[in-house]
Amino acid sequence: MQGRIAARYAAERRFRWMGFGAVVMSGVFLAFLLFTMVGNGLRGFTYTSVTIPIDFAASPLTVGRDVFSAPDADQQIANAGLREIVDFAAEEALGTDGAALISENAWQVVRDALKADPDAANIRGEFSLPVASDIDIAAKDDGNAAAERAVATLKEKGLLSTGVHWSFFTRADATDPAVAGIWGALKGSVMTILIAFAVAFPTGVLAALYLEEYASRNRWTDFIEVSINNLAAVPSIIFGLLALSVFIQFFGICQASPLVGGLTLALMTMPVIVIASRNAIKSVPPSIRDAALGVGASPVQVVFHHVLPLALPGIMTGTIIGMARALGETAPLLLVGMRAFIGDVPSGFCSASTVLPMQIFLWSDQVDRGFVEKTSAAIIVLLIVLLSMNAIAIYLRNRFEKRW
Amino acid sequence: MTQAEQSVSPENPKMTADNVNIFYGDKQAIKDVSIAVGTDVVTAFIGPSGCGKSTFLRSLNRMNDTIVGAKVSGSIKLDGQNIYDPSMDVVQLRARVGMVFQKPNPFPKSIYDNVGYGPRIHGLAPNKADLDVIVERALRRSGLWDEVKDRLAESGTALSGGQQQRLCIARAIAVDPEVILMDEPCSALDPIATAKIEELIHELRGNYAIVIVTHNMQQAARVSQRTAFFHLGTLIEYGKTTDIFTNPKNDRTKDYITGRYG
Repeated sequence: MQGRIAARYAAERRFRWMGFGAVVMSGVFLAFLLFTMVGNGLRGFTYTSVTIPIDFAASPLTVGRDVFSAPDADQQIANAGLREIVDFAAEEALGTDGAALISENAWQVVRDALKADPDAANIRGEFSLPVASDIDIAAKDDGNAAAERAVATLKEKGLLSTGVHWSFFTRADATDPAVAGIWGALKGSVMTILIAFAVAFPTGVLAALYLEEYASRNRWTDFIEVSINNLAAVPSIIFGLLALSVFIQFFGICQASPLVGGLTLALMTMPVIVIASRNAIKSVPPSIRDAALGVGASPVQVVFHHVLPLALPGIMTGTIIGMARALGETAPLLLVGMRAFIGDVPSGFCSASTVLPMQIFLWSDQVDRGFVEKTSAAIIVLLIVLLSMNAIAIYLRNRFEKRW
Repeated sequence: MTQAEQSVSPENPKMTADNVNIFYGDKQAIKDVSIAVGTDVVTAFIGPSGCGKSTFLRSLNRMNDTIVGAKVSGSIKLDGQNIYDPSMDVVQLRARVGMVFQKPNPFPKSIYDNVGYGPRIHGLAPNKADLDVIVERALRRSGLWDEVKDRLAESGTALSGGQQQRLCIARAIAVDPEVILMDEPCSALDPIATAKIEELIHELRGNYAIVIVTHNMQQAARVSQRTAFFHLGTLIEYGKTTDIFTNPKNDRTKDYITGRYG
C-alpha cells in the first residue's frame, strides 16, 4: 500500500518535470529564433551613407525644367547622363575609385531628390548617398580587408553617416541591397490577403451556416464534411498546381498578380474557415435557437439575429488564424508565377507582384552579402505582421465572446 | 380512445387535438392522443419521465419541426384551423402560440432587447415609443418590472435563474400570444422562484390559454384547473384537476398520484 502511494507520487513528480522541461525547451527555441533574427535583422533597417557634393553648375544636367514632372521623367533623366554626373562627382570627392564606393543605384536617390526639388538641378549641392553594399557591410564591422580600408579612409574624412534605412519601407525589390526595399512585397501581401479574405470568408461562412443550420444529415452531407476535412489537410503546393491549371491556363487570369495569388490562397484557406465556423456555430447553444423560434422568428432570422452574431467571434478567430497561415504561405504561390523578380511596387490587383515570404525566399538565395541582413529584416517585418494578426484574433475572442 | 372520450371537454376549447400520433424515426412517442385545451384555464400535463408529455406540448406549436425525423399525424387545431395544414405559416403560429422552456434561455442581449425582439420581428411596434410601451407592459405582467426597470440595458443573462425565467415569460407574452406553452418552467428554479412563477401563472390565467408540463404533482394541483395524465405515450385520463387528484377514475392515475410509481 505504502509502496503504491510512493510510486504514485513519483509518477506525479516525473510528469510535472517532463511538462516543465517541454515548456523550457520551447521557450529556448523561441528565444534562439528571436535572438538571431533580431540580431541580424536590426542591421538591415539601417544603412551607411556618404556625403558627396555635386556641382550641377560645373557639370550641368541638360534637361528642361518640365522634364522633372513629365510622366517618363525617370527615363529622360537617365538618358541625360545623371549617373555619369554622380559617378564623376564621387570620383572628385573620394578619389579615383569613388564611383565604386557608392551604390550603383545611388544616382536614383539623386534623381528622386531632383524630382522633388527641380531648382537643385542648377546649383552645387550636397547629397547623402548610399554606399556600395560591401562598404556598408564593412562599416558594420563585418567586411573584407579592402572595404575595411576604404571605410577607414572615409571615416577619417568624416563623410560616413548611419541612418534608418527609410527607403527599405518605400521601395520594391532591386538587384542592389542598398536600394532594395520591402514595400513591394508588403503591399503585394496585403492585396493578396485582401483577395483571399474577400473570396474565402463569405464562401466559407455561408457554407458552414448551410451545413450546420439547413442541410439535412444524409450520405451527401457526410461526404461533403469528409471532403472538407480532407481538403484542409491537402499540402498547399497542390493548391498551387490546381490554381495554375484552373485560374491561369483555363481562365487566363493575369499571372503572378495579387488577384491570382489571392484566389489560390482562398482555395487553401476556405476549408479552414468552414471548419472553424462550423465549430463556432455548433457551440451556440440550441436553447437560443429554441427561444428565437419560440417567439416566431423564421429560420433566416434565427441565423442572422442570433446564431451568427454569437458565433462571429469564433468565426473571426478561425478566419484570422487561417489568413495568417495564408500570409506565410510560399509553396502554392511559386506555381502561379509570384517568384519572379519584381522591381516595381504593384499598382493594382492585376499587376505583377510578390509577397513577403516569397521575398524572403528570393533574398535568401542572393549571392550579395548585403542581402543576408535584408532577409532577416524582411523576416522581422513578416513576423510583426503575423504576430499582430494573432494578437487581433486573441483580442476579438476575449472582447466579444459571450458566455452562458 | 375510450379514456379520452370520458374526458371533460372544456366549455370553449382553444386547441383541439384529434388522434395525434408522433414518431421519432421508428419510435412512436405519442399514441393516438385526443384532447381539447380550454381558453380560460390552465391545463397541466403530468406523467412519469419519458411519457411523451413534453413531446406532445412541443407539437402544439410545431417546435418538433426542428427535430430531424420527427413526424406528426392526426390533426391539431387552433381555433378550428389545422396547424399542420400547408397553408398555416409556422412563424404566425408561433406568434400565436408562445413557449417557455425548461431551462431559462434569455438571449445574451439586454433585458429590453430580450422582450422587444418578438414585437420587433413581427412588426408590432412601428416606433421606439410603441416598443417601450410593449416592453414595459410585458415586464409588468411578468412581475419583473420593478426589479429591472432601472437596468433594462443590462444583459438578460446577468439576472438570477428565477428572474431569467420570468424574463422568458415576458418575452413570450410581449408578442401577445393566445396560448402559452410551458415546458417544466420551474424545474431549474428554487422554491421561492417557483412560487413566484406559480403566482404569475395565476395572474396570467384568463388572458391566455396556458398549458404547463410538470413533474411536480403539487404544482399541477396548485396552478391548474384541468389535468391530463400521460403514460407511455398515451393519454390515460383527462379531467378537472380536483377530480383527477381526489377521485381518479383510472387505476394507473391513482397509482401515480399516490406515488406508487413514476
